[in-house]
Amino acid sequence: MGAFLVKRILATIPVLVIVAVIVFTLIRLVPGDPAAVIAGNMATNEDIARIRTELGLDRGFFTQFLLWAKGLVSGDLGQSFFFKKEVTALIAERLEPTLSLAFLTIVLTVLVAVPLGTLAAWRHGGWLDRALMGFSVLGFSIPVFVLGYLLVYFFALKLDWFPVQGYRPLREGLWPWLHQLLLPAITLSIVYVALIARVTRASVAEALTEDYVRTARAKGLPEARVLVRHALANAAVPIVTVIGIGIALLIGGVVVTESVYSIPGLGTLTVDAVLARDFPVIQGVILFFAFLYVMVNLLVDLSYLFLDPRIRY
Amino acid sequence: MKNATIQRVLRNGAVRFGAIVLAVLVTLAALAPVLGTVDPAWLDAVNMNQPPMTKADWTGPDNQTAPRTLLMGTDSFGRDIYSRVLYGTRISLVVGVAVAVVALIIGTFFGLMAGYFRRVDAVLMRVMDGLMAIPGILLAIALVAAWGAQLSTVIIAIAVPEIPRVTRLVRSLVLSIREEPYIEAAISIGTPTWKILLRHVLPNSIAPMVVQGTYVCASAILLEAILSFLGLGLPSEIPTWGNIMAEARVVFSSAPHNMWFPGIFLAFTVLAVNLLGDGLRDTLDPKFNKRGVQR
Repeated sequence: MGAFLVKRILATIPVLVIVAVIVFTLIRLVPGDPAAVIAGNMATNEDIARIRTELGLDRGFFTQFLLWAKGLVSGDLGQSFFFKKEVTALIAERLEPTLSLAFLTIVLTVLVAVPLGTLAAWRHGGWLDRALMGFSVLGFSIPVFVLGYLLVYFFALKLDWFPVQGYRPLREGLWPWLHQLLLPAITLSIVYVALIARVTRASVAEALTEDYVRTARAKGLPEARVLVRHALANAAVPIVTVIGIGIALLIGGVVVTESVYSIPGLGTLTVDAVLARDFPVIQGVILFFAFLYVMVNLLVDLSYLFLDPRIRY
Repeated sequence: MKNATIQRVLRNGAVRFGAIVLAVLVTLAALAPVLGTVDPAWLDAVNMNQPPMTKADWTGPDNQTAPRTLLMGTDSFGRDIYSRVLYGTRISLVVGVAVAVVALIIGTFFGLMAGYFRRVDAVLMRVMDGLMAIPGILLAIALVAAWGAQLSTVIIAIAVPEIPRVTRLVRSLVLSIREEPYIEAAISIGTPTWKILLRHVLPNSIAPMVVQGTYVCASAILLEAILSFLGLGLPSEIPTWGNIMAEARVVFSSAPHNMWFPGIFLAFTVLAVNLLGDGLRDTLDPKFNKRGVQR
């Protein structure tokens, strides 16, 4: 198992290297002189020359990449043109709101989607099952920002239960933090609930047809125990897998949701950076999110060892 | 495709619903100029922020003032939302179909290569893994930021994150098809590889690819709207549903309908395409049917 751990961790390296190459190439896709485009219309020739040197655009492609990658490995993502700050410092500043939103969304989703999916599989073809399937098609189709504004309209503007926009950091207390974050998290969790409930339903339904479930019922176990200990436990691997894959979906949703609710996180940072054509920040955020995604999926793979004792690498 | 298959597809409720809604949308998009619309970019400063169904005196680009019912109201610049929403249908449908076509063509080419040539496989699939590690929205945003936002760049930027998924699908299809006896037969009589790929492998992959194409189309329509909504997509004077909603944000508490009309169109379009995909999957892809629990 130790060998497996090392192998699996090492396997993330080529993916991360390729991500780095892609992200590095991005800025070279800018048509014309990237330095001039980044500097904007008001820039003088000196500004353009300075930016070109800062970005290393005056050197060969390969040298540029090596220099840039060397910085990456030592945790240096470069300087933001627009915010006049280290990119790593910027990301660190904006991290809490984004992680809070993502964390609360995952918690809400798992609490809702797993029981829903399990019950739907248990009463396969029943009203809950049909409702859930209908909901999951809807969930995939309603754009997250339309849903966000619908919820804002009813729960913030009409009913006044929640604040309309903004973010309160965790150090101001648990309740203010939660109160401010609940509506964005519900917004973001809808599509995620649709995805995970669907997979839970499918894999629990499959587990329920297995012989061990019949045996469990035959020996007179209470139905709840059969469902949770026998069916759900055996359906855990695909559920956890889809939670991992869904992280990409979640990150995309975070960008949009933060924008709807004016949450000062990494999503709004990305949008601001694109509007300001601040490429070091764009690159930094993408690298950070891709790294997060790869790490979450590494954890998902490792969790199989605990979830399914049959899996021994 | 056999007649029986076509009939089975057409009898599916989801396919019917999706196809009918899409047919209506295509008609609206095609006939937009004659459906009582005005120039979607024209602004009449007298009629700013009018609520839906307002009977107003509307001054057009020709400086003629005529009475006009503003079905969906006007935005904060005095532009007619009804006209903008109808013309926006064109952009959404064009982007959805174009992205699906581009992603399918490039992804199919890569998938065939990776599935059939071992050496290409190792390198290409690692690149695809790298692309898939970057969340699609972020990749599209970054590409648009680099290329600048025009219709063509937006289409390609949205297609790029979809390519790895198509590649993986086609590759896995090729890997299973190449084990079939008819491929062995073709090889044994000396059929050239390109001919095997085009004549034998590709036709047998069509059904799952069509299903995948509809899902790509649905997510492309969403992604284009998201880019516009964030202010990163097509320039704001071009009427896209996302752009209309981006402008609606500013006046949301006083005029929420500016958000709802394009939002309803967007949600219905994506729903229709998704249902069409689900229906096609259930009727065309026998593997999904066999599992039973998928239904």
